[in-house]
Amino acid sequence: MIRSRWLGAAKKLGVIFITLFGLLTMTFVIGRLMPIDPVLAVVGPDADSSTYEQVFLQMGLDRPIWVQYFYYLQDMLSGDFGYAILTGSPVVNDIIRVLPATIELASVAIIFGVGLGVPLGVYAATHRGRLGDHLTRIITLFGYSTPVFWVGMVGLIIFYAWLNWAGAAGRIGFAYDGMFVSYTGFYLIDTLLSGNIDAFISALRHIALPALILGLNSVSFLGRMTRSFMLEQLSQEYVKTARVKGLSERSVIWKHAFKNILVQLLTIVALAYGGLLEGAVLIETVFAWPGFGQYLTDSLLMGDMNAVMASVLFIGLVFVFLNLLSDVLYKLFDPRTK
Amino acid sequence: MDVLTVEKLNVSFRTDEGLKHAVRDVSFTLKNEKLAIVGESGSGKSTVGKAILKLNPSSSIVTADKLQFKDCNILTCNDRQIRSIRGQHISMIMQDPKFSLNPVMTVGDQISEALRVHQKITRHEAKKAAIKMLHEVSISDPEYVYGQYPHEISGGMGQRVMIAMMVIPEPDIIIADEPTSALDVSVQQDVLNILNELVERKNISLIFVSHDLNLVKKFCDRVLVMYGGKVVESIKANALSNATHPYTRGLMESLPSLKHRRDVLPVLSRDQQWLA
Repeated sequence: MIRSRWLGAAKKLGVIFITLFGLLTMTFVIGRLMPIDPVLAVVGPDADSSTYEQVFLQMGLDRPIWVQYFYYLQDMLSGDFGYAILTGSPVVNDIIRVLPATIELASVAIIFGVGLGVPLGVYAATHRGRLGDHLTRIITLFGYSTPVFWVGMVGLIIFYAWLNWAGAAGRIGFAYDGMFVSYTGFYLIDTLLSGNIDAFISALRHIALPALILGLNSVSFLGRMTRSFMLEQLSQEYVKTARVKGLSERSVIWKHAFKNILVQLLTIVALAYGGLLEGAVLIETVFAWPGFGQYLTDSLLMGDMNAVMASVLFIGLVFVFLNLLSDVLYKLFDPRTK
Repeated sequence: MDVLTVEKLNVSFRTDEGLKHAVRDVSFTLKNEKLAIVGESGSGKSTVGKAILKLNPSSSIVTADKLQFKDCNILTCNDRQIRSIRGQHISMIMQDPKFSLNPVMTVGDQISEALRVHQKITRHEAKKAAIKMLHEVSISDPEYVYGQYPHEISGGMGQRVMIAMMVIPEPDIIIADEPTSALDVSVQQDVLNILNELVERKNISLIFVSHDLNLVKKFCDRVLVMYGGKVVESIKANALSNATHPYTRGLMESLPSLKHRRDVLPVLSRDQQWLA
C-alpha cells in the first residue's frame, strides 16, 4: 500500500519532469520560429552592420541550432532567464513585480466565475429542459464563445464612457497612487490594511469591470461543466435513496449530489484559473492593467525574446502546478482514492 | 387494519413514441403482512413501488381512484407532506448498494441522516442510535463500520447498511425493491433473514418486489402476480402451488426442481387476453 503510493508519487514526478522538458523545448522552438529578429530588438533599427554583427555573435546565434538549444537548456535550468531589454532588469524580477496585479485580477475573476457559474450550473441541471435551463445554456454559450477583448471594449464603452460607473485605465485612480503601503501587492488588500477607504473604493472601481469581463469566460465554462456534472449525479441511485429518506430537494441537491461533484469541480476550477492568466494577456491590454499580460504583450511587440520566453515558460509552469495541485486535492477530498 | 389501499392505480410514461402504459388498474390493500409483487422484467412491479412514494420521474403520469396511506391521500400530497411520509412512514430498500449509497458520505452519516431528517435529536444521539441499528443488522464492529465509506464494505454489508438506514426511523411500511438480486447467492439468505427478523419484531408491513418465486413462497404471506402492468392473480403464498391463473401456473411450472427429474422446462405462454 505504502509502496504503491511512493511509486505513484515517483511516476507523477516523472510525468512532471517530462512535461517541463517538453515545455522548455516548445518554448525554444516558438522563440526560433517567431518572425522577430532578436538582434534588431537589442541594437535598434539604426545600428550599423558591424554593431549588428557583434551582437549577433554575442548572442551566440552563429552556433548550430542544437548547441544553442543546449545552452538555452543550461540557462533555464540554472534559473538564468537573462535581462529584459525593455526594463534592463532581470526578467525574473520583472515577472515578480508585475505578477501581483494579474493574480489580483484573476482571483477576483475566479471568485466571480465560481460564485456565479457553479450555482448557475446547478440551477440549470435541476431545472433541466425548462426555460431557465435553456436560457442558462444560451447565455453561457455566448459567454464562452465571445472573445474577451471584444466584450472588454463594449464594457468600456457602456460602463466607463456612458455610465461612468467603472474606473478608467490602470489599477487605481491617479490621486491614490502611492497613498497606501504596499504590503502584499494586491491593491484591494493593501488599501484596506492602510485604512484608506477612498483608495479601496477607487481600486474596486478599477478592478470590477476587467475582472467581471475576464470572469465571464469562467462563469460560462464552470456553469456548463457544473451542469453536466450535476446531471450525471442526479441520475444516480443514491440520489433516489436520499429522496426516499424524506430529505428536502435542497439537501438532496447540495448535501448529496453536489458533494459528489466537488472533486471534479476543483479540477476544472484550477484549469479555469490557469485559463484566466491567458485571458489576462488580452484583457490587460484593453484596460491598460499593468500586469503580467501587458508585460508579455509589450515584450512581444518589442521583440524582447528573453522576456517573452520566460513569460511563456511561466504560464506553462503555472498550468503544470495547477494540475499538480488539483491531483493533490483529489487525493485529499475523494474518499475513494485513499 | 389496512395500512395502505391502492385502487385502480395507473402509471404511464411520456416517451418519444407516445404514451407507454406501464401499470394498469392495479388494486390491492396492504395489512400488517408481507406482500410480494412478482413478475418478469418490465411487468411494472417496481413502478408500483415507486408510485406509492411518488418517486416516478416527472415524465410519468400517475392516476388512481385511491392511493391511501392510513388517513392520508398520497395522490393529493404536496411536496412537504410526501417528504414527511418518506422515510418516516414508508421507506424503500433499493436493489444494489453499490449504487444506492452515497459514495462520498460515511455509512454512519447516511444512517443517522435518515433519523435526523424526521426527529429533532442531537448528532450524538443519532450516532448512538445508528450504531445500535448497525448492531441489529448483525454488523460485527459497528463503531468501525460507522466511519467507513461505501466502497470499503462488501455488497452484503452494504445491503445491511441499506436496511439499517431504512428501518431506523421505524416506518410503517418498507418497500423492498429486489433487495437481494444484486447480491451473491451466499449472502442473500443472511440479508433476507435480517430483513425478516426486523420487520416482524418492529411490526413493519413489507412490500417485497421480486422475480424470485421460490424466495417469495417461503418468505411472504401473500403474492400479487403482475403481467404486462396488470395484476393477474392475488394469492396466498402457501397456496401458490395451487394457483389457477395460467400465467402463474406457467411461472410455477417453469421452475426447475432439485427433487424431481424434469425433461424440458416448459416455455412461458403469454396471452394478450390477460391484459384485456
